[in-house]
Amino acid sequence: MYELICIGASWGGLSAIGRVLADIPTAVDPAIVVAQHRHVDSHEGALGELLGLRIDRPVRDVEDKTPIARRNVYLAPPDYHLLVERGWFSLSVDERVQYARPSIDVLFESAADAYGSAVIGVILTGANEDGAAGLAAIKHRGGVAIIQDPIGAERRAMPDAAIAATVADAVLPLDAIGRFIYGLCVEVAKTA
Amino acid sequence: MHTEPSQASHAAMQELEDIELQLLLEGVFRRYGFDFREYAPASLRRRVRRRVHAEGLTTFAGLLDKLLHDPACMERLLLDLSINVTSMFRDPTFYLAFREKVVPQLRTYPFTRIWVAGCSTGEEVYSLAIVLHEEEVYERTRIYATDINESVLERARAGVFPLDKMREYTQNYIKAGGMEAFSEYYVAAYDGAQFHRSLVENVVFAQHNLVSDRSFNEFNVVVCRNVMIYFDKTLQNRVHGLFYESLAHLGVLALGHKESIRFSPYEERYEVLDSSEKVYRKVA
Ligand SMILES: C[S@@+](CC[C@H](N)C(=O)[O-])C[C@H]1O[C@@H](n2cnc3c(N)ncnc32)[C@H](O)[C@@H]1O
Repeated sequence: MYELICIGASWGGLSAIGRVLADIPTAVDPAIVVAQHRHVDSHEGALGELLGLRIDRPVRDVEDKTPIARRNVYLAPPDYHLLVERGWFSLSVDERVQYARPSIDVLFESAADAYGSAVIGVILTGANEDGAAGLAAIKHRGGVAIIQDPIGAERRAMPDAAIAATVADAVLPLDAIGRFIYGLCVEVAKTA
Repeated sequence: MHTEPSQASHAAMQELEDIELQLLLEGVFRRYGFDFREYAPASLRRRVRRRVHAEGLTTFAGLLDKLLHDPACMERLLLDLSINVTSMFRDPTFYLAFREKVVPQLRTYPFTRIWVAGCSTGEEVYSLAIVLHEEEVYERTRIYATDINESVLERARAGVFPLDKMREYTQNYIKAGGMEAFSEYYVAAYDGAQFHRSLVENVVFAQHNLVSDRSFNEFNVVVCRNVMIYFDKTLQNRVHGLFYESLAHLGVLALGHKESIRFSPYEERYEVLDSSEKVYRKVA
């Protein structure tokens, strides 16, 4: 049983994230948490508003100690690191990691610590290497690693780095990722 | 399914690591008196793990062994665990809200006491002092600026901040409703921007540990931003109790942008002065 789906994206991430989330059917039950590199001055809530229009789940901006509830989508606030505890989120203002805050590595590694093999990690388009170590940590703890196929990605550096860092369970074009997650969370659960 | 055993062993591995981390924090507390037992575990685990690797070790238990017998190793861990990241006029809109919603109330007092808890290297205190000065209430204000960490307080007293930050701080200052030229407040010295001593004339910098120390005065304003995010919920609630006790009637509590008193036992005791800036007023 999966409990948490973590999605990380950078350059080109806004539409990629929107696409993946729109493709994940509502029957998929785990909480979904998204870290997208955003500019400090980015209009806060813009991502949330955009996603809220496109998907049929509650979309929330995380505050410190926000409880993690199934089916909800949680967005990392700009200029904080987002960390997963068992049952809730913590924020931190530690230094940037690889120039990024939120850092996808920090999110993924803490998710792996808190939920172990119940985590699905997804790396999408991006022009840096953030998330590669985090995805490897998820895999190391027995979770699932999904990577957007670099060939179709708006920027391929982030998927490439993730592929180099771990043995992915699936490398998929953007429009196949939601379907794959559905397979993991719903079909496999039914047959188990 | 054939993945069962490996999943079980992953779970066991995690459980073991949790036990080791708890023992380490307990050991550190009993041996050295530093109490991180109620800090938020995710960030703590990340930092302690970094120390494990840097010492050439593999487990938390191994690090505990070294920590217990080697005070120099404890010093290094302490550095890893102190997160002092701060800046001047961080979240400029907070200072704008402070000018508009808190200062008018302060004008009605003959004298105001402000507690800045977890002030780090002082950037926040100098920012607040500038605002109070421009609003012409600084003369009748005393700021108590505290932190657990004596070495950051030393730097706060010195009031020298990196020159290469001044551009960013100037922009923040303007967005925060600044009324002067920001460069009026410092002189560029060889080692940084030296802020004017007059800004800290009414400031007392002192060591205070939110985990174990008591309230030490009655305050009209408590500012505690981006400190309690490092605490777990139990400790957060205790510190909320400390602030509640320390505030005068109608005293103002200001938290970081992503913190709130929602879900704390003190929620009902405050009214919201500004919901997005996380500024509250004690009413009951
Ligand atoms: C990230 S800084 C925040 C600085 C500033 N308030 C700001 O928002 O920019 C956190 C500060 O909290 C201090 N701190 C951590 N634990 C504390 C404790 N138990 N008591 C007092 N201060 C503490 C740290 O030493 C650090 O300087």
